Amino acid sequence: MTSLFLRGGGFGITLAAAMALQISGARCEEVMVTIDNFTFSPGELTVKVGTTVTWKNQDDIPHTVVSAGKFKSKALDTGDSYSFTFSSAGDYKYFCSLHPHMTGMIKVE
Amino acid sequence: MNAFDHDHHDDDPRLSRRKVLECMTWAGTGVLWTIAGGVPRALGLVGAAQASEPAGLTFLQISDSHIGFDKPANPNAIGTLEEAIGRIKAMPAVPSFLIHTGDISHLSKASEFDDADRIISQARLDVHYVPGEHDFIDEEVKLYRERYGRGTKGSGWYSFDASGVHFIGLVNVVDLKAGGLGNLGAEQLAWLEDDLRGRSTSTPIVVFAHIPLWSVYPTWGWGTEDGARALSLLKDFGSVTVLNGHIHQAMQKVEGNVTFHTARSTAFPQPAPGTAPSPGPMKVTDDKLRSLLGTASIVFKPGAEKLAIIDTPLQS
Repeated sequence: MTSLFLRGGGFGITLAAAMALQISGARCEEVMVTIDNFTFSPGELTVKVGTTVTWKNQDDIPHTVVSAGKFKSKALDTGDSYSFTFSSAGDYKYFCSLHPHMTGMIKVE
Repeated sequence: MNAFDHDHHDDDPRLSRRKVLECMTWAGTGVLWTIAGGVPRALGLVGAAQASEPAGLTFLQISDSHIGFDKPANPNAIGTLEEAIGRIKAMPAVPSFLIHTGDISHLSKASEFDDADRIISQARLDVHYVPGEHDFIDEEVKLYRERYGRGTKGSGWYSFDASGVHFIGLVNVVDLKAGGLGNLGAEQLAWLEDDLRGRSTSTPIVVFAHIPLWSVYPTWGWGTEDGARALSLLKDFGSVTVLNGHIHQAMQKVEGNVTFHTARSTAFPQPAPGTAPSPGPMKVTDDKLRSLLGTASIVFKPGAEKLAIIDTPLQS
């Protein structure tokens, strides 16, 4: 991307892109939850409204991420990810619908 | 009824319960069991026992073929299922039918079900399926039901009779609740109660489901939330055998009139409860893999009360 902007020679364009990145960085945090050994890690997480949480499955077995009535991923095979942006505050309990003993919680403030 | 009615051998000394339970721990190594006068009796190792025992009803259980799984624990789940079916085809006594206790596929893809069907059909046996959670992954949860669920109730439960034995296939992999275990649900339990109503308590019962109905290791989700309610409906029956898969290892328990038996997977082994950080696929050396995969065949002798179960590793 950077080389494309430079080739275009447009200083204004690169500046605008940089500003857009700064703005999005300020508004939207991104947080990762990994799935290893049939466990969500971290199991409990506190984030701000607007945060996008991405779950990545690093197990050899598929898992899902489901919060009843709130969000539901497809089955994530090894290496697959699922993201959800939390737009309102609250406690979001979630689990793996294939292995329901796997549970986690996102607290959104 | 038939010639096998006369094939009783009640002259064995009765074994103590302790001795019986000790023997049960061998079940995974390929011993054929039968029951004489209500006491389990080892007939010998698989090959010889099969040849010497012209049993009445014989059926075979396979489980957890996980077609589509390709990780290091076994990159060739298709190949090991083919081996298992090859062994079934080579059995000297043809079993009456086959039971598959779920996780036919790994990701519920049509191609995975196609591959499983192509291989399993080579056994040329009727197959009675129940789904595992891996068979219910597709978004609309319809591929399993379209292929295997015809004539079944709810999400795929049903019963049938064979040679005087009542077989009940249950589904405990749907409507799973956060923090919970396997689940049968009120509708299925009501159906089970209805299915058993009026049935003679001398009828031998075989229940098969994917997740163990008994609490093997709840920490890893190895149990069924309302399994005890199903078992309470079976408590008056003289002989109840419960078969499951899901945990990819041979395990057996006798409790009162109920024998619980867990089959190996044909795809990959899983660790014994609590011996690993998770129940995920267990990587073993290539030369050991086939000793941890396999099939189980079950013999029912008309006139006897219980079933004999033979575990057959793909390689002993």
